[in-house]
Amino acid sequence: MNGLTMKRNYKEMFKTPEMLTLIGFFVLCIIFSVVSEEFLSLTNVSNIIRQVSINGILAVGMTFVILTGGIDLSVGSVMALTGTIMAGMMINVGLPPFAAVLVGIILGAVIGYINGAFTAYARIPAIIVTLAMMEIARGAALLYTGGYPLSGLPASYSFIGQGYLFGVIPMPAVIMIIVFVVAYIILNHLPLGRYIYAIGGNEEAVRLSGIKVKRIKASVYLISGITAGIAGAIMSSRLSSGQPMAGEGYELDAIAAVVLGGTSIAGGRGHIFGTLLGALLLGVLSNGLNLLGVSPYVQRVLKGAIIIGAIYYSSIRQKD
Amino acid sequence: MMKNITKSFPGVTALKGVSFNIRRGEVHAIVGENGAGKSTLMKILSGVYQPTSGEFFLDGRKVSFKDPKEAQLSGISIIHQEFSLIPYLNSVENIYLGREIRKANGLLDKKKMREKAEETLKRLNADFDLNKPIAHLSVANQQFIEIAKAISIDTKVLIFDEPTASLTGNEINNLFKLIETLKADGVTIIYISHHLDEIIHICDRLTVLRDGEYVDTKDVAKCTKQEIVKMMVGREIINVFPERPSHHQFRNEIRLQVKKITNSNVSDISFDLKKGEILGVAGLVGSGRTEMVRALVGADPAEEKEVYINGEKATIKNPTDALSHGICLIPESRKTQGLILDMSIKKNISLPILNELSNRLKIINRKRENNIVNKSIKDLLIKTPSSMQKAKNLSGGNQQKVVLAKWINTDSNILIFDEPTRGIDIGAKEEIYRLMRDLADDGISIIMISSELPEVLGMSDRVLVMYKGRVQAMLDGKEATQEKVMHYATGGVNQ
Repeated sequence: MNGLTMKRNYKEMFKTPEMLTLIGFFVLCIIFSVVSEEFLSLTNVSNIIRQVSINGILAVGMTFVILTGGIDLSVGSVMALTGTIMAGMMINVGLPPFAAVLVGIILGAVIGYINGAFTAYARIPAIIVTLAMMEIARGAALLYTGGYPLSGLPASYSFIGQGYLFGVIPMPAVIMIIVFVVAYIILNHLPLGRYIYAIGGNEEAVRLSGIKVKRIKASVYLISGITAGIAGAIMSSRLSSGQPMAGEGYELDAIAAVVLGGTSIAGGRGHIFGTLLGALLLGVLSNGLNLLGVSPYVQRVLKGAIIIGAIYYSSIRQKD
Repeated sequence: MMKNITKSFPGVTALKGVSFNIRRGEVHAIVGENGAGKSTLMKILSGVYQPTSGEFFLDGRKVSFKDPKEAQLSGISIIHQEFSLIPYLNSVENIYLGREIRKANGLLDKKKMREKAEETLKRLNADFDLNKPIAHLSVANQQFIEIAKAISIDTKVLIFDEPTASLTGNEINNLFKLIETLKADGVTIIYISHHLDEIIHICDRLTVLRDGEYVDTKDVAKCTKQEIVKMMVGREIINVFPERPSHHQFRNEIRLQVKKITNSNVSDISFDLKKGEILGVAGLVGSGRTEMVRALVGADPAEEKEVYINGEKATIKNPTDALSHGICLIPESRKTQGLILDMSIKKNISLPILNELSNRLKIINRKRENNIVNKSIKDLLIKTPSSMQKAKNLSGGNQQKVVLAKWINTDSNILIFDEPTRGIDIGAKEEIYRLMRDLADDGISIIMISSELPEVLGMSDRVLVMYKGRVQAMLDGKEATQEKVMHYATGGVNQ
């Protein structure tokens, strides 16, 4: 590669959506740290990280789904359902925390696989399947708990959501980083990851390459179900209870993180660490606005506008 | 009516200075091989394309169209092979789509549209339920609606592009009656078809195009089928093909046997393929060549199909099965079926073999991947600064080589090439021909579908000719001539 193309590539790089997100992230950090003294305090930073973790983990699963050109609207509800089931397993059945979490994650995987099967094999549009699943999972969570939070979790369980590794790093952040690293390995070093990108790029070419496209399309929803289950564990531990109404609207936050991270909503293009960046940006934005006392209603309007802006930006870039 | 029409696309000139006249109220056939320029010419006439140079005249007046709508308003309409009807609207709604009649208050005047539609259909001697959604009508009736749509805008020139492609015998007769009716009404008909019998039956005059150039215009009554075929193919063959080995070391080993492939597009296809052989598949557009191989590898379903590989029965339900039996289809369209344009050359080439490139933990061995990809780039002379280049940034010829590399690395021993050299320059073509011959000499069996007759004749050890979804003839490569192949491809039987 000669100097000229290098230079052009740098220029190109600055135009990518994830680069804009990175710049936005730093700009927001600077602004908030100037206008609010609390922003950079240790408590607040660790608060942000914990808030980002749940959305970040959901967004990892969402990245897999969106890379194939799909969408998963059920993640918030599935997170609530798995969280309440985990709580129920510990409180009512008396399972140890480890086993209860495993049951919840397996449930998430099964629900994800059902989403995937209807999408890939029955060819029902993902938006409809997962919208219906969003309702089913929410209903099931309410049904299971009778509409009330399930509390009385063992004290040891709080470690997942409230503990610290080495006394400083919040556990949710540790789990999130592990999830991101695993996702990175799958997407960049396993055939499965290649196939996921390839399906988003040109499904027919992949099918004609002798690859079982339907199986892979189903598997991304399964992965999204697993990440929803992991998020469910953190959520229930943080709240020390199984909350059936937890995670409402989280699907939108996850989609926003993916899109802000530069993944094309049509699939085929994107990077998992872009998603991390997107989640961080959203976390900082909402935390900073809270510190400044901006009304949560205004924040919702703002969030919606940012999502449209990000998608619009990536769609005009795709045309070049 | 047409004067010096030239149309250039980047890289190719599809029409070179074509001029001829079409008389008012005649049925005029345009014939030519695949790629002769018929479709391009008709697209210019109907306003889809604009000519690069040249002009045409309608009733003595110079005309030019920016889009199909302008052409329609001037009285030129085209009935495409693929109808442009909306499946869940009814006939009346379809006929008036985009030019609905309204009442004074702005609402649709359904009664008036219906009356006018009925009137038009009466003129065409057609009678059927106008309330049914288009999707529930037969193909022939859908075509009627297309024609009615054109007639209702006062069409003077009506272009038919392969109108009988999906009609049955009886329906074809009805269509011919309709064409006679239109002709009697003073409508000029331009009729494009591969079926010479139909042309002789229905047309007054015909114009032959070849390689984008005008050949001749004749009275149909004064020429024979043989003469027409000769005008269509009469070109010199430039020899760019590697020599066929005179003796075949593998000659008699049958590798693949196909029996009775039947589905909605093809019927009763049987043939065999020998080791180290290149079997050319010729046929005109719509003769079912691609459909046949897609059914063979399981990319499309087949109602009936028996496949034997080296004498053993093989079950092939999808492309994955085909690949595991060593059969792969290198598809027709590299951009929509062969490549993932946004991915690098490397990732495209290694896609079908990723499993073999992975270790027990399923981690892709990057070093082996790079080695294989770099070897392919070198062997196939793919011109690119690096294997990380995105496929979409390559030229057509290099893209095609990437697709070939992808398949050759699967170590399959039956390769099916669908139009392997479409849209690539002559240099890259020669390299691909050489590559195919080398593969065959190594014992790999090749099926090559091609619309270019010289290519079929120059490359094939045997030639399978298809017509209307069936095998019309199997010719020896050395005995096949352009005339012979075209004779069978236009529906001729044993001479």
